Amino acid sequence: MNEMTAPPTAADAVKLTAKDFATDQEVRWCPGCGDYAILKCMQRTLPDLGVTRENTVFVSGIGCSSRFPYYMNTYGFHTIHGRAPAVATGLKLANPDLDVWVVTGDGDGLSIGGNHLLHALRRDVDLNILLFNNKIYGLTKGQYSPTSDIGTRSPSTPQGSIDPTVNPISFALGANARFAARTVDTAQKHMPEVFTRAHGFKGASFVEILQNCIVYNDAAWKSVTEKNVVADRQLLLKHGEKMLFGANGDKGIRFNTATFALEVVTIGTDDITADDVLTHDETNLQLARMLAELGSNPDEPMAMGVLYAAPADTTYEAAVLADARAQRGKRTLKDVLFSGQTWEVA
Amino acid sequence: MSVVIQAPADGGGDVQILESAVVRFAGDSGDGMQLTGSQFTTSTALAGSDLATFPDFPAEIRAPAGTTFGVSAFQINFGAKNIRTVGDRPDVLVAMNPAALKVNLDTLRPGGLLVVDSGSFTKRNLQKAGYEANPLEDDSLHDYQLIDLDISKLTLESVKPFGLGNKDALRCKNMWTLGLVLWMFSRKRQPVVDWLNKKFAKLPDVAGANVAALNAGHAFGETAELSATVKRYQIGAAHAAPGLYRTVTGSQALSWGIVAGGELAGLDIVLGSYPITPASPILHTLSGLKDLGVVTFQAEDEIAAIGAAIGASYGGALGVTSSSGPGIALKTEALGLAISTELPVVVINSQRGGPSTGLPTKTEQSDLYQAVYGRNGDAPIPVIATRSPGDCFDVAIEACRLAVKYMTPVMLLTDGFIANAAEPWAIPDVDALEPFKVAFAEAPADGADFNPFLRDADTLARNWAVPGTPGTEHRIGGLEKSFDTGHISYDPENHQKMTDTRMDKIAGIARDIPAQTLEQGTQDDTLVVVGWGSTFGPIAEAVRIAREDGLKVAHLHLRYLNPFPANLGDLLRRFPKVLVPEMNAGQLKTVLRDTFLIDARPLNKVSGQPFRIEELLTAIRAEVSA
Repeated sequence: MNEMTAPPTAADAVKLTAKDFATDQEVRWCPGCGDYAILKCMQRTLPDLGVTRENTVFVSGIGCSSRFPYYMNTYGFHTIHGRAPAVATGLKLANPDLDVWVVTGDGDGLSIGGNHLLHALRRDVDLNILLFNNKIYGLTKGQYSPTSDIGTRSPSTPQGSIDPTVNPISFALGANARFAARTVDTAQKHMPEVFTRAHGFKGASFVEILQNCIVYNDAAWKSVTEKNVVADRQLLLKHGEKMLFGANGDKGIRFNTATFALEVVTIGTDDITADDVLTHDETNLQLARMLAELGSNPDEPMAMGVLYAAPADTTYEAAVLADARAQRGKRTLKDVLFSGQTWEVA
Repeated sequence: MSVVIQAPADGGGDVQILESAVVRFAGDSGDGMQLTGSQFTTSTALAGSDLATFPDFPAEIRAPAGTTFGVSAFQINFGAKNIRTVGDRPDVLVAMNPAALKVNLDTLRPGGLLVVDSGSFTKRNLQKAGYEANPLEDDSLHDYQLIDLDISKLTLESVKPFGLGNKDALRCKNMWTLGLVLWMFSRKRQPVVDWLNKKFAKLPDVAGANVAALNAGHAFGETAELSATVKRYQIGAAHAAPGLYRTVTGSQALSWGIVAGGELAGLDIVLGSYPITPASPILHTLSGLKDLGVVTFQAEDEIAAIGAAIGASYGGALGVTSSSGPGIALKTEALGLAISTELPVVVINSQRGGPSTGLPTKTEQSDLYQAVYGRNGDAPIPVIATRSPGDCFDVAIEACRLAVKYMTPVMLLTDGFIANAAEPWAIPDVDALEPFKVAFAEAPADGADFNPFLRDADTLARNWAVPGTPGTEHRIGGLEKSFDTGHISYDPENHQKMTDTRMDKIAGIARDIPAQTLEQGTQDDTLVVVGWGSTFGPIAEAVRIAREDGLKVAHLHLRYLNPFPANLGDLLRRFPKVLVPEMNAGQLKTVLRDTFLIDARPLNKVSGQPFRIEELLTAIRAEVSA
């Protein structure tokens, strides 16, 4: 994406600030909503990315998260439920030089829009896709979503939900996404790092943000994001570094060859040494797939940061347009109209 | 075959000169009847005759061979006069197997020429077609001039030198038959030979065998003394306006019109489309035109297809999406978004039989309600319709013009019949077309906030500002917007005003389109026949004949279905009677009644087949004398 960003204009001589990226529109999320933190973080991060307001576009679907574009003083398009990836794809085909962010939620992106998310990822359109996962439908007042835990009691599931849950990162990797990352709405230091990586990645980058809905699903991520559990429940991934976590930094992730699965180990017990702990390789797809599922039981940490990043030489729209541009001008409309067999009537 | 207009000049007595003829090729889906028909069309067009074609094929790609539901037919009406329809009843029917005979015999006019491949009239094939006795043997075809030839065997003999397997060799029998029919109508073989050599350039044996079969069929006509029973016919060139001509299908002309529209607007075209019959040829044609600034995107579904078109228009290209009725239904919500955000999108609907999956390969005009009314909320859009393959070019350009000038999605209605049919077309002078260059909005000079919903006082079109432009950053979406600022507004009075404005904007297009005229007749006639879309040909022909018979009947054909031309109400009210023939259950009739409170009378046909002139004439006569 950086490579494709338009050259800076004179207006950029002065470095933009977070304020420059905020609109004068009153933000209408519920007080205490996790979306505020994500918005602030985005407004704060963009100046550091050196982008311009005019070259940045936020495209969203429908839902609480999808109100995001209204609060960003860039270009923005609040589209229809689930279809933001499709609209963003068309936008990139019209102008591949734009920096396009797609903002979606667990219902918007994985339920009604699951098909479009799948295809934007597998085509590898150069989009930064942020999925705010609060495991609930907020704007329609609290129904369970595709990421809700089994047994979630909601207006539409008074006895508890039955549907198994989809893991957004596993979904993205299954769709052949080449970039998948995870962060938390309250992680004001971590989130900008992930945004920066996603923005810098050429191709579709998928970011799951664990986000809290204070009204309909408060504390849904509590067991992973509460201050006192963060050290034990979050594995902060760094490419090339050991997968260590825990308050004392003595817990690690090991690959168990017998169970063919990742497992939590503690250095110093059962003859475990630091050598047993896996080193994160963000280009390893199989590892990413296992890391995506890590944390589904309370004994494991959830993997945070860039789980997978496999750079490629091109993107979908670049390939499409390179093809179109290479051919462009070889014929005119007249050539086409006069092609084939013609006859003259005098 | 219609009137013999002069005796042959050579006095040979075996060539009749005809004004026009209708030929129908029918066979199994695998018999190559569409190819045979289209090659006969090319030869006929090159001879300068006017023509109209009707490919009539089943929805199944290859239904079980020999069955009646696997029969594929291609009809062509051609003549030395203006040809408006595909012809009510064939003069010549070619039936490649019993099923083709069974399905198509009813259409052949009494006394018509029937060519059959007797080699395919085996017990098994007769059984599959539902014949208890062989119709070639029981005198049941005595109303027709029957030529039964073992075309299968004759073909196999003619291609023997090429050493093809039996199956491949038999595939050449359509070319053998074409050779015979070309002989019958004194048409040249060379264009077909050229085409075969090009098509099978990498398979010289196959090319050679097909050419040999073609030549053998032709030679058979020459030498087999068929002239004892069959006359050869000559159909001259039509008296068309001077110019350079080619044949064109609706899908081709429509695609080229979209390209022309993009050029006239100064915009690249981004087509988002999802495969669907009968709209896919537009995706195929535009996909082959990348060198003309066209980007095509085969989306994951219909919704993504229009979503991408909307995104492209938002980004400063002209977004286009093409589909058929069921696909348009899926696009409906997104269409509402384009209406609400006031972005230009050209939506092409190649109508087919409905509802639901309906009749995918058959023609209907039953999506008019869908086009005019079929959305949530008060959501008006311009709706225009094309009447013939060549007309598609002009209508596509007009759709692009209205879309960018009024910042609105436009629905272009065509149908499966127009999409696949071919006709001679005077190649237009694209340099003479009036440009409608788009000017994108620029940053307000005073540094004020940019309002994307600032409107042109005349057209009511909003500002079109494109991402990438400094100073015009803005947010749009499907929520209601303030008339004054473009920001979200839930204000009741504002919603009333925005709804009114959107309605007024589309209604105002009536001032920007040509006044409605009559195709035939005058305002003093008793009856006006009002049509739209591909019924143009049959209506025009029926009205012409009715007028020759002394009936006071006029023909009015609509291109603009929403809004209607400004003078349409006054014009219709001059006629004591209004008849509206449609290939639906009466949709335009309803819209006309609703708009003008006139007693528009319906004439409806939803059999998947075009109107016959005779059907229209009967209705016209009944209406005039009622």
